[in-house]
Amino acid sequence: MDIPFISASGVNVHYGAKQALFDIDLDIQANKVTALIGPSGCGKSTFLRAINRMNDLIPSCQFDGSLKIGGQDIYAPSVDVVALRAQVGMVFQKPNPFPKSIFENVAYGLKIHRLTTSKQELQDRVEWSLKSAGLWAEVADRLNEPGNSLSGGQQQRLCIARTIAVSPRIILMDEPCSALDPIATAVVEELIDGLRKDYTIVIVTHSMQQAARISQRTAFFHMGKLIEVGSTKSVFTNPQQEQTSNYITGRIG
Amino acid sequence: MIDFSKSAGFNLIRRHRAEKRFQWAGRSAIFISLTFLVVMVGSILMDAAGTLRQTQIAVTVDLGPDAVDPDNIAGARFGKILKSALRAQFPDAKKRKEKKKLYNLVSPEGSFEIKRQLIANPDLLGGPQTLWLTASDDLDLFYRGKSDASLPESQRRISDLEVAWIDTLAQSGSLRRVLNWNFLTNGDSREPEIAGILSALVGSLFSLAVCFALSFPIGIGAAIYLEEFAKPSRMSDLIEVNINNLAAVPSIIFGLLGLSIFLGYMGMPRSSPLVGGMVLALMTLPTIIISARAALRSVPPSFKQAALALGASPVQAVFHHVLPAAMPGMLTGAIIGMAQALGETAPLLMIGMVAFVVDVPDSILAPATALPVQIFLWADSPERAFTEKTAAAIIVLLIFLIAMNLIAILLRRKLEQRF
Repeated sequence: MDIPFISASGVNVHYGAKQALFDIDLDIQANKVTALIGPSGCGKSTFLRAINRMNDLIPSCQFDGSLKIGGQDIYAPSVDVVALRAQVGMVFQKPNPFPKSIFENVAYGLKIHRLTTSKQELQDRVEWSLKSAGLWAEVADRLNEPGNSLSGGQQQRLCIARTIAVSPRIILMDEPCSALDPIATAVVEELIDGLRKDYTIVIVTHSMQQAARISQRTAFFHMGKLIEVGSTKSVFTNPQQEQTSNYITGRIG
Repeated sequence: MIDFSKSAGFNLIRRHRAEKRFQWAGRSAIFISLTFLVVMVGSILMDAAGTLRQTQIAVTVDLGPDAVDPDNIAGARFGKILKSALRAQFPDAKKRKEKKKLYNLVSPEGSFEIKRQLIANPDLLGGPQTLWLTASDDLDLFYRGKSDASLPESQRRISDLEVAWIDTLAQSGSLRRVLNWNFLTNGDSREPEIAGILSALVGSLFSLAVCFALSFPIGIGAAIYLEEFAKPSRMSDLIEVNINNLAAVPSIIFGLLGLSIFLGYMGMPRSSPLVGGMVLALMTLPTIIISARAALRSVPPSFKQAALALGASPVQAVFHHVLPAAMPGMLTGAIIGMAQALGETAPLLMIGMVAFVVDVPDSILAPATALPVQIFLWADSPERAFTEKTAAAIIVLLIFLIAMNLIAILLRRKLEQRF
């Protein structure tokens, strides 16, 4: 049960001369929600973006170390980053639907990867994705309206639907609820909990209550270093490191 | 009680006064610029009004079998027929000089007009016929009261004798003014009364089509590559600086380049809209590239990131998401470039599009001229009647420009509605 699905060892990331991550060793298990917490600028988002190599887009970013998903080193030269990102989906901090219709937003990934063979299959898959994201009931009769006509919480669920449409193995979430109000946040949290059985989820969050509510494992980052990792329960109730307990009790951060 | 009035201090009276002053300064700036615009457009419109209608003169010509052979209409000597008709109408012209003045009442195009009317309608043959012919520009100006008859005869274009003839013609109802379709259907001419704008209009249209077909795809392509794919390096910096500098290069330099490379080295046809369009495309490219890059930069990076995170390749991310969002801005830049190209004269002078072109060009390889060049040529002509033609040509140019901008606005609105 504790076989790591994502396994990072000796990960160092530099932005130019500035080092953002120091020697990170972190194992993430399949079909669990792993929360990355820590104060701003601690490197948790950098680590998250290393998992689907979105950091490659920043020219000055330099990755060293090994990061394996299912035993495959994703920074090996033979790895095609497009194939990697098709398997490792990402939900961003700010909802960012494409400036297209709701249907097109979800169908886009299916179309570029040619995952469906007929129009009917495409429609079924879009419907399934929207249902999985808990959005179908709200948008079923307005699939042709633009994606950004939805409310913030609906937009974020649309982004989640878009991500799961292409059946990734892993979903990375970068503070998915930080732009949402508490009610929308509750809906998305419930959704994340439901997605756990099918996907491996890594979520960066600023809210410790959220980490405690939805994650099974928690990793605490500080100043680019991984301070502590363990089951959420033990990290929050019985932190081994002083920095962790300072952070979760609100004394730093 | 708390004082919320102006006298409450906080320097309020001075601050409000400064605000008022600035508002009035802004209003008067707008008022002054609008006044200039109205004066400019108004004076052009008033000058051009004369082109709207054209004076015609009724001449009774002998079209009997002796003068025109019914089997060979084109072979008849219409110049002679016209001259004898005029002499018959005004027998008082005896001297050679007087006769010449008499013949000058009708446009030199008159004899061709007789021929064209006969070929179109051979039933006119067989006897004397009264035909309406285009009057000369001097008659036209005088008849419309544009020539000052109170000046001493030596200072007038038109002599006392001619004035008497024109009065006779006017009283007998042999003069009329009709809508001047010639201006829109003819090419250029040495005679203002039959000179038209069509060849220049078509020349401009062809040149701009070539210019757009070349500069839009190349410019957009360069912008996409530089903005989205090129890695920042010393080379890309150098290219960027050069593109910005090229946008400021005087247009005549591009004309010289076209002259030496397209005409001199590659031997392409002189005066043709193809070369004109190519030169204008060179001139327009920097404008299009710079504005297209700005448009691409203004697209939120989140679109591209979302697409990449879904596993789209970089080219897919750019062409599916960034480009459509940037398209309205790109079109705006392209239309600014096209408007510049439309009004450009200098580079066209260098590649020979300044020629006197009578025929309407039928392809991008035929000799042609362009609207601004035509305006320049007419403004330079000594005949007074060309002043009106110049103003009318400016209006045609402005209408062309407005039409172009309108198309761009409609296209942009259509593209924007998709989001």
